[in-house]
Amino acid sequence: MGVPAISLSEARYWPLRYHLENGSRVPRYARPKIKSRALMTTVAEVSIDRGADKRQRRWHILVFLAPAVLVYTAVMILPLIETLRLSLFNVKDGQSVFVGFGNFQVLFGDPRWAASFWNALRNNFVFFLIHMLVQNPIGVALAALLSVPKLRFGAFYRTAMFLPTLLSFVIVGFIWKLILSPIWGVSPYLMDLVGLKSMFSPWLGKPGTALIAVSLISVWQYVGIPMMLIYAAMLNIPDEVLEAAECDGVTGWSQFWKIKLPLILPSIGIISILTFVGNFNAFDLIYTVQGALAGPDGSTDILGTLLYRTFFGFQLQIGDKSMGATIATVMFLIILSGVCLYLFAIQRRMRRYQF
Amino acid sequence: MAKPTASPLRTGLVHLALGTYTLIALFPVFLTVINSFKDRASIFRDPLGLPTPSTFSLVGYNTVLGQGDFVLYFQNSFIVTAVSIFFVLLFGAMAAFALSEYRFKGNTMMGLYLALGIMIPIRLGTVAILQGMVAAGLVNTLTALILVYTAQGLPLAVFILTEFMRTVSDDLKNAGRIDGLSEYSIFFRLVLPLVRPAMATVAVFTMIPIWNDLWFPLILAPSDATKTVTLGSQVFIGQFVTNWNAVLAALTLAILPVLVLYLVFSRQLIRGITSGAVK
Repeated sequence: MGVPAISLSEARYWPLRYHLENGSRVPRYARPKIKSRALMTTVAEVSIDRGADKRQRRWHILVFLAPAVLVYTAVMILPLIETLRLSLFNVKDGQSVFVGFGNFQVLFGDPRWAASFWNALRNNFVFFLIHMLVQNPIGVALAALLSVPKLRFGAFYRTAMFLPTLLSFVIVGFIWKLILSPIWGVSPYLMDLVGLKSMFSPWLGKPGTALIAVSLISVWQYVGIPMMLIYAAMLNIPDEVLEAAECDGVTGWSQFWKIKLPLILPSIGIISILTFVGNFNAFDLIYTVQGALAGPDGSTDILGTLLYRTFFGFQLQIGDKSMGATIATVMFLIILSGVCLYLFAIQRRMRRYQF
Repeated sequence: MAKPTASPLRTGLVHLALGTYTLIALFPVFLTVINSFKDRASIFRDPLGLPTPSTFSLVGYNTVLGQGDFVLYFQNSFIVTAVSIFFVLLFGAMAAFALSEYRFKGNTMMGLYLALGIMIPIRLGTVAILQGMVAAGLVNTLTALILVYTAQGLPLAVFILTEFMRTVSDDLKNAGRIDGLSEYSIFFRLVLPLVRPAMATVAVFTMIPIWNDLWFPLILAPSDATKTVTLGSQVFIGQFVTNWNAVLAALTLAILPVLVLYLVFSRQLIRGITSGAVK
């Protein structure tokens, strides 16, 4: 007969009581389904001695969230909104005046602005395209090679190939500037070794090739990121799948195309969007290699360098806050539409494989 | 099931390809480092040769250490990076704990709001950030950089740490609650020690972009007293562009700390990436 109802309910529910009082996550199946009134009273009676002071507002949640939310909002979100707002204003006679979309009309239509804006936008797309066509395939290929089973020195290769990603743009930019410089002669010398000396030209100095050269430098620096993410995705492919493929005679090259590639597609999607955001936000490498004017003759100018010159001014050009905010807004819209396209169009269609 | 053993030819080709790319990745760094220890004539005469006793020279390093204020720049970079990482980890972990542990109104919305910054670069708000820093009198201070980098690092930190904190056992936390620990002690004494590996990963991810950033030092803190190493070497190399010894020495000095840190933390970093922390 012995056990009183009250201690039974106490024993069964008191971990849950703590959950409820502190608002922690309780899995749905574990939440008490209290139907009978009698049970509710017993639970209430048990908790009566300490329940009263615990039911107050849970200030600790606020304390935990506040610092991050405050810093993030004050330094990141509000300035972003303020920048978007500033793009609708311009200075007339020393006064800030609302001009609607006037700044955008100037940027897209005024001959002085439009030429450099469209040039920067086109260069930025070329910059992105080269990354997508060179960096990501090389990254996937290296990852595929690295995930060959029982590969020796794998850790060494990984560590070495990821090193450039960690170097700052300043280092990368100047190293390559020196190597490609015709004065030093390292690259003509190296090309001579493989009999291609006649192909050498000062690529960084020619308007036709400078953008490609800078993009390839950036590819050299960042190939480690797709390599690592794809490598991780390939490690996550379970052995059973690959063994099943081998039993069916799908090995080597066709195994990569038919089994591995479809399984790593979600990671390729993530890499594409990371590349997109990174490229349309790039600035440092071009600034280091070609200067703020992004020469020769603006041929390596991208949105980031255009924003810097417009907003901050350079040499004879005076900094223009409103137009700077306008260009930043355009960059924001481009990046936002890319991210939205990824989230709504691409990621939804992609099948998630659960093992 | 035994795997079919790969043919030696195929293994050889794999090593050839990986080796070639490793060479491409390391060669420029190697070239810079060896030439920084050579005298000017042999830099040009024999760029690929290792420094020998007859060509060895430290003239570049003398110029760099005599002309540039590199010790100060290193100190600035170090302060900015260390303090920013500290705040990113502390604030990020606190927010991640709140998001993963408690059910409250707007939990999901708050998570999404904080995740917004992973995709939208903070750089786009530069115009207003500079305006705000001018108004607050923080231009040309390290505080300005620390604030910006803390805000920049938080979204990814909160995201990664939330995922990790979900895996901390509820029983442990409830046991703590039964023993009368406050929510704060549960966070600091039970949860934080358990997510230390994730914190290390976040620290490495946060550190790299901060140490290497050129944009914000250039705009918010370009004064001599507040230059970071990245901006300092950019300016120095710009001025000494024809003095090859000095340029190569400055580059080597800038690479060195990254190289040392990488060799120490590379296992942590690579494990962090491959364990799916950023997926």
